[in-house]
Amino acid sequence: MSTPYQQQPHPQQAPGGPLGTYTSPIAVRRATFGDALASEWTKIRSVRSTMWTLGVLIVLLLGLGLLTGIVVRSSDAHMGDNSVLLLGFYGVLLGTICVITLGVLTIASEYGTGMIRTTLTACPSRGRILAAKSVVFFLLAFVIVTAMTTLVAAIQSALLPDARTPSGGEWLRATVGVGLYIAMLGLLSLAVGALIRHSAGSITIMIGVVLLPLVLALFMFTPSLEGVRNFLLEYSIPSQLSAFYGESISGSGPAGWDPLWIITGITAVALGGAFLSLNSRDV
Amino acid sequence: MIELEGLTKRYGSKVAVDHLSFQVKPGVVTGFLGPNGAGKSTTMRMLLDLDNPTSGTVRIDGRHYRELAEPLKYIGALLDAKAMHGGRTAYNNLLCLAESNRIPAARVSEVLDTVGLSAVAKKKAKGFSLGMGQRLGIASALLGDPEILMFDEPVNGLDPEGIHWIRNLMKQLAGEGRTIFVSSHLMSEMALTADHLIVIGQGRLLADTSMADFIRQNSRSFVRLRSPQWERLLDVLNQNSVPFLQTGDGAIEIDNGRIEALGELAARHQLVLHELSGQQASLEEAFMQMTAGSVEYHAHGATTPGGPPPPPDRGAGRQAPNWGAHDQGRGV
Ligand SMILES: Nc1ncnc2c1ncn2[C@@H]1O[C@H](COP(=O)(O)OP(=O)(O)O)[C@@H](O)[C@H]1O
Ligand SMILES: [Mg+2]
Repeated sequence: MSTPYQQQPHPQQAPGGPLGTYTSPIAVRRATFGDALASEWTKIRSVRSTMWTLGVLIVLLLGLGLLTGIVVRSSDAHMGDNSVLLLGFYGVLLGTICVITLGVLTIASEYGTGMIRTTLTACPSRGRILAAKSVVFFLLAFVIVTAMTTLVAAIQSALLPDARTPSGGEWLRATVGVGLYIAMLGLLSLAVGALIRHSAGSITIMIGVVLLPLVLALFMFTPSLEGVRNFLLEYSIPSQLSAFYGESISGSGPAGWDPLWIITGITAVALGGAFLSLNSRDV
Repeated sequence: MIELEGLTKRYGSKVAVDHLSFQVKPGVVTGFLGPNGAGKSTTMRMLLDLDNPTSGTVRIDGRHYRELAEPLKYIGALLDAKAMHGGRTAYNNLLCLAESNRIPAARVSEVLDTVGLSAVAKKKAKGFSLGMGQRLGIASALLGDPEILMFDEPVNGLDPEGIHWIRNLMKQLAGEGRTIFVSSHLMSEMALTADHLIVIGQGRLLADTSMADFIRQNSRSFVRLRSPQWERLLDVLNQNSVPFLQTGDGAIEIDNGRIEALGELAARHQLVLHELSGQQASLEEAFMQMTAGSVEYHAHGATTPGGPPPPPDRGAGRQAPNWGAHDQGRGV
């Protein structure tokens, strides 16, 4: 520390020397939304939580699907009016937890680790980041759920040849419809993750959103609450999901493709809110 | 060139950054100095458009940060926090950043090599030591080979070898004609690396000066005398009209005094001296004086907020004349 203050003149400070003339040899090519997609794809495939949530999702869908098929087959239970597709419902219902978790983690884990600052420094457009995350997550969840529900439905059809053969429309709703619905539910979780910025909190909220209406409805015995109770039963997420199997827990409420439009509307609003929040709040 | 104009940030009632205006000029290392909590990190976050200013503006080469489509090619930043995903490998952490800015993937290996992390490229970032984390952060800053580089307290938590490496890296980067904006709470660190100095305290600009000027103005040299014949010494100095200062610990200081002349003067009057020494005030002290009124966190009884302890031979109560009344305590 005796002579720490002697300046070593830098070459560019020489009189007449050019200032700030550094130019990178790397060519500047305009980054597009496609580059943001590639970046988000790298992110989602390079963390273990993705492998875990999707792995458990696949195990649940396949495992519960096979199990229900085998149980029904060996017990000689009568499927009644229902198609075999309904047997896929239980796996999907439990699988929502995995999709919710992955949806939340896609954005909230960046807040947990501090990565979000690096991400937004590299790509300051909040809209672009949110859109890229949404597209990558949605496609991934949709492809996996649709592929697995299709596979499970095919296996169950083979296991239970005597059950009623589902129509093409029923097939489409129980596979692509369910895939779209679950992926949209995951996207809603992503939006909630962006709003809450905390993984555990967001996951808890989303599981509450899925389960609470049903649980609340179960405790509403008083006749004066009849209307609320019916609404909760009809519009709870498990009920909406069951509509894709031509079945509804309450016997009324949204049917056909209605649940998809409902959740799409809610998700659109939540994503809009997430965008406004990302755009205006400090990181 | 980075330009700040009236940049202000409030968190509730707390003013973290208070009407800061300065420019970071190209081609030199600009040091951004201030005690802990002065608002350095907040300013840097506003530069990167991570935090929204309460008022004021920041321009990078005349543009707002959000207008940059591939910002990594203009400006690279190392923020103080570990800003990577621990579950991802070093390589993948950098790859996703490179992809978002259309930087070729080959560049990832290049920067990992530059910072010496090639061997752990495929290891998860969460297993990294503080120093390795800093190196990874620097690698991400270098990814786009940008003209402007910003480092927030880059030497924090590094071992001496790492500190040495970062200093040399910054010099090398500046030597290539880049703009370097580096923050620190240590004057000694700035004195080693910076050409230009911006000092803030409690969010306010305290100095915006070239390092050379700062050193010239603040490195006071003086001669220190100590004598058992104190009264006589003062008389002799007064008779010869030598201006002097009395320190709290019984020593006498003579600004810009010539040590030989003072020795001969003492001999002529047959004065016993216990000390006759040339001294140089440290820049660290100048910095502490400058920010004394604006130190955010300080331990009671300590005289050095964040800085190294003063050398033992320095009197506790000494103050340079231009800094106020002599016998007053330091006010820390
Ligand atoms: N997100 C925040 N919320 C509230 N106060 C904050 C926040 N970030 C920083 N501050 C406060 O602003 C001041 C400046 O902090 P900071 O910029 O981190 O200082 P430095 O980097 O110079 O040590 C501190 O008093 C700090 O407590
Ligand atoms: Mg800081």
